[in-house]
Amino acid sequence: MNKLKSYAASKRGRDSLLSYGIVIIAYIAMQAVIAGGGLSSSLKGQLVPICAYIVMAVSLNLTVGILGELSLGHAGFMSVGAFTGIVVTTALADAIPSAPVRLAVAIAAGGVIAAIAGVIVGVPVLRLKGDYLAIVTLAFGEIIKNVVNVLYIGRDASGLHFSLLSQRFELAEGGKMIINGPMGVSGVQKISTFTSGVVLILVTLFVMLNLINSRTGRAIMSVRDNKIAADSIGISTTRYKLLAFVVSAAFAGMAGTLYGMNFSTVTAAKFDFNTSILVLVFVVLGGLGNIWGSIIAAALLTVLPELLRAVSDYRMLIYAILLIALMLFNNSGLKRRIIEKRGLRQMEKLEKADMAGKGGA
Amino acid sequence: MKKTLSMLLAGAMLATALAGCGNSGGETTPPADGGEAGGTSAAAFKLGGTGPLTGENAIYGQAAKHGAEIAVEEINAAGGDIQFELRYEDDESDAEKAVNAYNTLKDWGMQLSLGSVTSKPCEATSAETYSDRIFALTPSASSTATTEGKDNMFQMCFIDPAQGVMAADKIADKKLGTKIAIIYRNDDVYSSGIHDTFVTEAQSKGLEIVSDTTFTASSATDFNVQLADAKDKGADLVFLPIYYQPASLILSQAKEMNYTPKFFGVDGMDGILTLENFDTSLAEGVMLLTPFNASATDDKAAGFVSKYQEKFGETPNQFAADGYDCVYAYKQALEAAGATPDMSASDLCDKMIEQFTSITFDGLTGTGATWGTDGAVTKDPAVVEIKDGVYVTM
Amino acid sequence: MTFLNHLISGVSLGSIYAIIALGYTMVYGIAKMLNFAHGDVIMVGGYMCFCATAYLGWPAWMGVVLAVVVCTALGVVIERLAYKPLRMAPALAVLITAIGVSYFLQNAALLIWSSNPKSFTSIISGEPIPLFGGRLSISRITIVAVLACVVIMAALSLFTGKTKMGTAMRAVSEDKGAAQLMGINVNTTISVTFAIGSGLAAIAGVLLCSAYPTLMPTTGAMPGIKAFTAAVFGGIGSIPGAFLGGVLLGLIETFSKAYISTQLSDAIVFAVLIVVLLVKPDGLLGKHVSEKV
Repeated sequence: MNKLKSYAASKRGRDSLLSYGIVIIAYIAMQAVIAGGGLSSSLKGQLVPICAYIVMAVSLNLTVGILGELSLGHAGFMSVGAFTGIVVTTALADAIPSAPVRLAVAIAAGGVIAAIAGVIVGVPVLRLKGDYLAIVTLAFGEIIKNVVNVLYIGRDASGLHFSLLSQRFELAEGGKMIINGPMGVSGVQKISTFTSGVVLILVTLFVMLNLINSRTGRAIMSVRDNKIAADSIGISTTRYKLLAFVVSAAFAGMAGTLYGMNFSTVTAAKFDFNTSILVLVFVVLGGLGNIWGSIIAAALLTVLPELLRAVSDYRMLIYAILLIALMLFNNSGLKRRIIEKRGLRQMEKLEKADMAGKGGA
Repeated sequence: MKKTLSMLLAGAMLATALAGCGNSGGETTPPADGGEAGGTSAAAFKLGGTGPLTGENAIYGQAAKHGAEIAVEEINAAGGDIQFELRYEDDESDAEKAVNAYNTLKDWGMQLSLGSVTSKPCEATSAETYSDRIFALTPSASSTATTEGKDNMFQMCFIDPAQGVMAADKIADKKLGTKIAIIYRNDDVYSSGIHDTFVTEAQSKGLEIVSDTTFTASSATDFNVQLADAKDKGADLVFLPIYYQPASLILSQAKEMNYTPKFFGVDGMDGILTLENFDTSLAEGVMLLTPFNASATDDKAAGFVSKYQEKFGETPNQFAADGYDCVYAYKQALEAAGATPDMSASDLCDKMIEQFTSITFDGLTGTGATWGTDGAVTKDPAVVEIKDGVYVTM
Repeated sequence: MTFLNHLISGVSLGSIYAIIALGYTMVYGIAKMLNFAHGDVIMVGGYMCFCATAYLGWPAWMGVVLAVVVCTALGVVIERLAYKPLRMAPALAVLITAIGVSYFLQNAALLIWSSNPKSFTSIISGEPIPLFGGRLSISRITIVAVLACVVIMAALSLFTGKTKMGTAMRAVSEDKGAAQLMGINVNTTISVTFAIGSGLAAIAGVLLCSAYPTLMPTTGAMPGIKAFTAAVFGGIGSIPGAFLGGVLLGLIETFSKAYISTQLSDAIVFAVLIVVLLVKPDGLLGKHVSEKV
């Protein structure tokens, strides 16, 4: 209890609690709006994808923002998670009748398999630097897409059947193809819900914030800021790089499962380079290393193209212009001036509050 | 500093979210342009569809949309009892965007759906139309999974397996070739769907498949290896269950390497003759299964083609014809059912299921079309051969 | 004989990748940014040449000139409007802006030229040239592409190595701040780099569309990514590296399709890339920069 109190009193602890609080309040507010019937089907339909993209963005932020390595293949892990989740839920359809429990198991499985994929990809990738590392993550993303595209998994009374390149097994009577090569997955039972998405966001936030604010997190950041200095004080840079990368992959996998279970159909081609880039855009626009920035940017940029439907043919053109404008604004003198003005006032306030807080503890 | 940025972004998000709610509340925000065609009289059926209007598959979505727009204009201009209000939303040929687009249409008050133009997005939206009880008739989503297990999902085009079987039968019956090579796109549902049934049917008909090669979206320009394989193995007929754009490259590359087998395509091949600036002599002798012939001389087709050319400056392909037919099929079914625009979507859905399983429809893409309870269409495909730059029925 | 056939088509594909990669590497080497919009400038080049020859009836060479002029101007405008304000921003911010520019060009092209694909008329006409008594043939565009590729590589090497502007470029590439102190106009230098890179993109676009005669708003996207891969493969920033990377990538792609599996060819190409980079972490001909504290 005392521990909790001191945690709540520390600045970091307060910030974390505040973060969870905001997510929960946002969730309750959303639920209230839905209950009141004030939310359009269009927005309602996007809630789960938004949650999935938020988790994707936060997890990628760990690699790009905290670890400082550019990854262009994050969607590959999402793909692994999505397809693992679908196989797991289909296989367990009879064993676990409760949909939320099945979803939880599937998400956990998606995370584990994606983490394994993260180790396989990470060990070679993290030996490289900069753009070379980036291109190899891109390459792995494409390989994952290509391999999933020729994967056949079916299920019948005798269990699961696998084959690559072409369907080499015959399913017994009553059997069902789960992943049918290039045709992907069809007729998935949609069990992802907004609630499960929010729970996943909370779990992600919990892990990320604790990781960043821990000794491990500081070690990871030291690798980003100065690898040689980190090496020289005995931090195993390879180990921490891999750790960050694998955690990031695991959460991408979980996001993938959540996403995959929200649509009745999924194909490997969905998780391509463009999806990786999309998530990277969330992270960069939200600010490197800034978890809240990622969350907001992911939500905003997922909704934006839908709001632009009113301009029909010019939709994607305007989206592109807005994206460029946002990037320019984000790095312009104008923003700096606005922030400096506001920042000064805020800083004063914060200092006052901090003093008061210290006095109280 | 970062916090301030977050606040700014949060504010922006809140503003957009509110704007979104406002849209749904107001309900009558019309799309700026393009989305709607024809008059918007109060008593019109709200007809909505999704398709790729941007991105690499935009050709198909735009064509289906334009075809449907012409049909709606004609029907509304004629001023009968049945009037339509049409709205198409962009789905970029992506399942997620398709569901978003579908939900936007639902907010708009869509009563009848045109599904989605491409297969995978349509599988996603058909799951939604099924649970929302909105009737859907897709112009061109041809995978079996689109209609599987959904009683209110119908197709205007042939299903993929049907085309594979028809193509193999035609080749075997007419003895067009004995050693067959196939080039298909293995990351595409349509192409691999046709391929799989073609292979099975061809084998049972005693055709020998000597070469079976693939390409993907990222390697859809260079076909030298695939063609060389077919040539080396002595294939005398190359089956191309793909769209006309990569097919045009295959034809020109085959010519470059002096390889002159027979080429046999499916309905995706339609459009090759109208490919802008295409040297039609390359397509001489190409055979294809097609439900629609843009160079047909009957009044209906010629009228459609000339209207389309006048309005959009292009020659319509089968997607446009499918879109056009969908609207007319709806008109016929609605008239037969005596439906009125004030009916709810789910009432219309029941009526349409009843009608579509009993009507016979004559359209641009085939006469005497009927539908089974599984939603698949039965109509006669025409097998045509390209001679002197026009389709000649075989 | 089949092997030689595949070799020819591999070199043909590879030389196209190489020309695109040269533009990529040029911009990366000097401006230190991944210009993801490069592939879309290629597409614009293709459309320009198409419009000139098909709509205006101009001869092919004038089409090429128009494409080069328009793309060069476009490159400079893009640089001024979208990249220059970000000169002090983190590299990733520029990367995302480049992606925004890429979306913009694709969607603008969609609105201008519609989604319908167009068939491109090769700028080089004529029958393929038979070899070994007709058992092999090599298309004229392949020969032109390979020649163009070699000429461009040589010219770029000479330009950056021997001219005053080239020296300035190398100085900016080494150290922007020091270059400025030495009296080099960094902005002009980077603008010239973009002009050259985009001009190259126009030539690449015309050759790409001539070799694979089709044109869509997304035509440049995939070759752009492949060429980026090729540039990294050869050692990004290195001009001979881009050439080597491009040709090798074309060969690997063709041979893996021919001798392993067409279904897995993309995966194989990328797997080879990964293996090579693990052995040579700075690409085939990349400069190794040692770390300093």
